Amino acid sequence: MSRQWRNLRGFLFFAGPSTFAFISITIVSFIGGVVLTFTNWNGLSNTLSFTGFDNYTAAIADDQFWSSLWLTGRYVVAVVLLSNAFAFAIAYMLSGRIRFRGMLRAGFFTPNLIGGVVLGFIWYFIFSQGLVAVGTALGVDLLSTSWLASETLAFWALVIATVWQMAGFLVIIYLAGLTALPGDVLEAASMDGAGGLRRLRSVVLPLMRPSFTICVFLAIGRSFMTYDMNLTLTGGGPYGSTELVAMHVYQKAFVSQQFGTGQTEALLLFVIVAAISVLQVSVGRRREVEL
Amino acid sequence: MLVVLLAYIVPVLLVVSNSLKPESDILSDPLGPPPSVTLHNYVDAYQRMNFLGSFVNTLVITVSSVVVICLFGSMTAYFLTRVRWAPNQFVFYLMIVSMMVPFQVLMIPMIKILGDLGLLNQNWIIVYVYFASGVPMAVFLYAGFIRSIPRELDEAATLDGCNRVRTFFYVIFPLLRPITITIVVLDVLMFWSDFLMPFLVLRRPEQRTLTLSTMAFVQSHTTEYGPMMAALIMSVIPVFLAYLFLQRHVIDGMVKGAVK
Repeated sequence: MSRQWRNLRGFLFFAGPSTFAFISITIVSFIGGVVLTFTNWNGLSNTLSFTGFDNYTAAIADDQFWSSLWLTGRYVVAVVLLSNAFAFAIAYMLSGRIRFRGMLRAGFFTPNLIGGVVLGFIWYFIFSQGLVAVGTALGVDLLSTSWLASETLAFWALVIATVWQMAGFLVIIYLAGLTALPGDVLEAASMDGAGGLRRLRSVVLPLMRPSFTICVFLAIGRSFMTYDMNLTLTGGGPYGSTELVAMHVYQKAFVSQQFGTGQTEALLLFVIVAAISVLQVSVGRRREVEL
Repeated sequence: MLVVLLAYIVPVLLVVSNSLKPESDILSDPLGPPPSVTLHNYVDAYQRMNFLGSFVNTLVITVSSVVVICLFGSMTAYFLTRVRWAPNQFVFYLMIVSMMVPFQVLMIPMIKILGDLGLLNQNWIIVYVYFASGVPMAVFLYAGFIRSIPRELDEAATLDGCNRVRTFFYVIFPLLRPITITIVVLDVLMFWSDFLMPFLVLRRPEQRTLTLSTMAFVQSHTTEYGPMMAALIMSVIPVFLAYLFLQRHVIDGMVKGAVK
């Protein structure tokens, strides 16, 4: 029995089912998606005809797409910075010897046990009912009308809700990174007279760069694709001012029934996000510290 | 620290306290503690969302997806990392690259293709899609872990008369426990509360998952906050307990695995 033949048999047994499922769903859909961008399919009919680059021209001419992309860019920057800062701070506190550590860790993770759609509703309730009640009772102007009715504040409401959920997830990865830090190095730093802050800045933070790389990567990917929280918290409103790009794509495809254009915009979005992610990871990797 | 945590879980506490109030109190006084505790919302939600049916649907979908992902994911990772063969490297990198493709890009064509084949509206197709989309991450995490297991172990098993299949199931697979737990937890969280996939695929009311039937209390004009929040809490409690029980292993698995 030749080596090739033996490898093929082994592959089919060990990797066959996964590879088949993966190709039949992910790869086929991806290729199907690329094909769809060259057609005028409306989502319902069985007939479609090829229209060349019409969808690409339409996507590039779609002002709303670009404005929602610009909005998403600002949203991603805010979410990535805030969620990573909070997550690292919380993980750093949780990594010490404190009481109720297990309970606390579970507490921060709770938001991630609830899906984004329902979380959006909870925050909708908080911003439209809860905070307004507080604002009226205390006479705080900023809170006495719903944040969701103002264009600027609705944007920040969306950021706050996303950061709240994302930070809880990133805490777990930062905790894993902090747990894996070499104890002897930290001890040596203390012996050399490094105080808490000094140790954090000169030892912990540089050694944590791999965790930062992966957390920023995850945060960028997830926040670029935010859809469900957007749908139920602000619904894109007021007046479309908080329609993020994933929601715009969904609306284009399913509500306006321009599937070809929607799919083209989704593909453009993927290319942009992939380019940013590759750039970020390669820059992050180069700055990592080897012991 | 406790103060930070309290601030952090205020939204969750609000849900709990409001789920115990009658609907009128939720709107007039959303923040205060319930004037009198009533389980009315829970009873109401339990009956109207067909809780038991939704629970079983969600459980079956989640458990079967996670089982196939862990079984086939670990087998795939083992073969791809242990056997140097050109197609193996190709499949491995294809899977890694695919993890960057967001679901939104695949969603429209996937639903069209499944619809054309007449496969929508069936629970098992969700399991199949979850398997296909979850297996790359599982392979990635398993591969990182398996590389840290010395090859001498495989060789010793071979000398003792194990073929590759027995070596994997009797020697390697038991060692993968920490990373398996991490994958189980991450996947359960993703599938249990997923909205978009069941929403796009399942149409019949008796097929609904917990998230879908919770969302049924949210109408376009009026939201029934009381039953919605009660439904939410009932849906989340099983995963919350599972997480509380397993969380130590999650962090453990991540430390030993590839997430570094």
